Order: sequence, then C-alpha cells, then structure tokens
Amino acid sequence: MSALPRAAELGLIACAVCGQVCRAVPGDPRLDGDSVGDAMACPRCGSTLRRRKPQSYARTWALLIAAFIMYIPANVLPIMRTASLNDIDDNTIISGVVELWVKGSPDLAIIVFTASIVVPMLKFLALGTLLVSSWRGSGWARVQRAKLYRLVELIGYWSMLDVFVVALLTALVRFSVLSLVEPLPGVIFFGLTVVLTMLAAMSFDPRLIWDGKDTDD
Amino acid sequence: MGTASPTTLLICEHCDTVYRRRPLGRGEVATCARCQAELERHHGLGVNALLALILTALIVFVQANMWPIVTLGLSGQLSGTTLWGVIIAMWREQAQVVSVLVAATLFFFPLMKMAMLGWLLWFARAGRRAPGFVRLMVALHYLGPWTMSEVFVLGALVAIVKAHAYFDVIPAPGIYAYAALTLLITILAGVDLRQLWDDVPERAA
Repeated sequence: MSALPRAAELGLIACAVCGQVCRAVPGDPRLDGDSVGDAMACPRCGSTLRRRKPQSYARTWALLIAAFIMYIPANVLPIMRTASLNDIDDNTIISGVVELWVKGSPDLAIIVFTASIVVPMLKFLALGTLLVSSWRGSGWARVQRAKLYRLVELIGYWSMLDVFVVALLTALVRFSVLSLVEPLPGVIFFGLTVVLTMLAAMSFDPRLIWDGKDTDD
Repeated sequence: MGTASPTTLLICEHCDTVYRRRPLGRGEVATCARCQAELERHHGLGVNALLALILTALIVFVQANMWPIVTLGLSGQLSGTTLWGVIIAMWREQAQVVSVLVAATLFFFPLMKMAMLGWLLWFARAGRRAPGFVRLMVALHYLGPWTMSEVFVLGALVAIVKAHAYFDVIPAPGIYAYAALTLLITILAGVDLRQLWDDVPERAA
C-alpha cells in the first residue's frame, strides 16, 4: 500500500479552492500557512497556496470549544414561548421533542431529536476524537476516521432544523392575544452552535489524519 | 513554481495522495484508494442541461419566496407567511441573529449561487469565460455549504405537524415550490463545478 505517493513528497500542492495541481518547492516555509507576507498564489484562481489549512488544530479546537459553550445555554434555556388565552408555555429543545412524540408523530420527533441533539453531540465527539488522534499521529482506523470526517461535514447543517421550526411558527402563529409564538434566547444560542460547529469542521484539515509520525500505511 | 500539467494529475483533497488523471466514462466515479473520498465524478449533464436546470430553479425560487408557505386557521381567522414574513418576524422578536441566519442561508446565498452559476454557464455555452469568471468561481467555492433550503422543507413539515395540534393547517403553494426547489438543488449539488475550469479554456477569456 505504500506505493501511493503523497503531494508533499513529490513537491506538489493542490489549490484548496480550485483543485489546480501546482509545483512547489519542498520545505518552502511560505507554504506552511503560518508565515505572513509574500504567500504564493494559485496561478489559476489566485487563492493563497498552502500545504495544509493554516493552524488547523488551534482553530478547530477554539471553534469547537466556543460551540460547546454555546450549546449549554442552547439546551438549558427555552427556545420558544407559546402563549394562548389561558396559559403560557416555554419550550426547550428536549420538551419540544417530547411534545412532538406525545402529540402522535414519533417519526418527526425522532428526526428533530437526531438533528438537534444527536448531530451536535456527534460533531463534538467526532471532531474531538479526530483532533486528539491526529495530534498524536495515531495510525488507528485511518480510513474510518476519514469517513467520519466526511460524515460530520455532510450532516452538519441539518441541525438548523429546529431553528427554522421556531422561526416559521413565530411568523405563522399571530392571532393577537388569542395565541402567539415568540422566540426565546435559547434559539439564538442554538443557531450560533450550528454555525460554530460548521466552521470548526471546515477548519479541520482531514489530511492531518494521514500526516502521522509513520507515513507508511 | 509553475503549473504541473493540470490535466494529467489529480490530488485527493482529503489525504493529499497524487493520482494520474484518466478520463471517466458515463456515470463513473473516481475514488481515492487511500482514504476512499470521491476524487472526481462524471456527470452526464452538459452545459445546456445545467443552464436549463438553473433557470428552472430560479423560477421555482421566485415562486417559493412569493407564495405563502403555510396558512393557519383559528376560528375564522387566517394567518399565512412567506419566507420574508419569517425573516421580518424574527427580526422584530429580538432574534436578529436568527433573522440574519435565515435570510442568508435561505434567501441570499441560494439566490447568489444560482445567479452566479447561471451567469457562468450562459457564457460557457458559447465556450467563453464570463466576465469575472475567476472571482465568481472562488466565491462559489466559499458559498458551498451555506445554503439550507432542504433543511427548511423538513422544518416546515415539523412546524405544520406542531401547529396541527391547535390550528387548522393548510399547506400553501410555497411549500410545494420549496419541495421542487429541494429536488433541483439536490441534482445541482451532485455536479462538480470545478470541471468548468477545464471546460472553459482561459485563452478564450
């Protein structure tokens, strides 16, 4: 399996934006992403050429931790208030799922539960695992970890589901005092969690999975 | 540094493995032998077919935004909303962050994406690079994951079911337009836009 050449060994570099294959001097510090100044530009699209995404570990950690901090109020604080003539009801994400389950649409309850609880949790766990294992240069389950990363990228934005539900209900349920829906701060924190986890997934460089101490796989 | 025969080499974005590029047959997908990521995909859609898809998507997008998405009824009163109704409601309710998120991912980004692609393809039809080709291709790359119309359709479905417990729910035409838009977006998402770099040669700029 070691017959597969990697771009860095051949002095090649792929443009992150347009995919153009460029010749690069091996070991050129300008391509490592940490230097400022006269960075090399892709001859086709003009984007800065880098061997790896700049400061991938630090950025991904920072965004992931920020997302996790936002995720706490997103779950604790209510995301939506439903008020009708005789009662006011504040819903959190979980109570919304429970309500959906009880009201007789367990299938949709499962979808909402997956999108707003399972997917964000999975993203925290998966990105954390990828960061730690790649940092240690682990050769463990590389193909599976690569697949895990692509899964995280693919499913990330489905977490916006609950935010859209609250937004739609807010706009729809406007029957004056009789009945109305208002968004509560939880939904803002939740929206920020989704955006931050998406940014975290983007700043992680999957090539780090394969950059271990022993590049022979 | 220079261009290392761009059409003959291919580098896996996910693990940096270098491959010699070979032409793909209809429906063929090239996969990375190391990390199993998709390298390249052949799609049967030509420039004309893509342009037709984009124009269809633009028309459906206008409908999805003009027509109300859902209408609710409560003791004779009716209440409906369009996407812009949603955006304005969230802004008024002190959830400006959400309002901006909704406006960007459901209105501005999808619209920009379709308009930019339409513009590029219109010129590509004549084998030419559109004015601003390079900048638009770069912008399209960054717009990538920030359109969420398909998530919105599922969200509308959940909202309808939730509201059904208290109100008479009438799905409005906008939701069907959104469903159609989701389908078109899914087809378009399967197209590797990077191919445009090779399809439209630079000298014709």
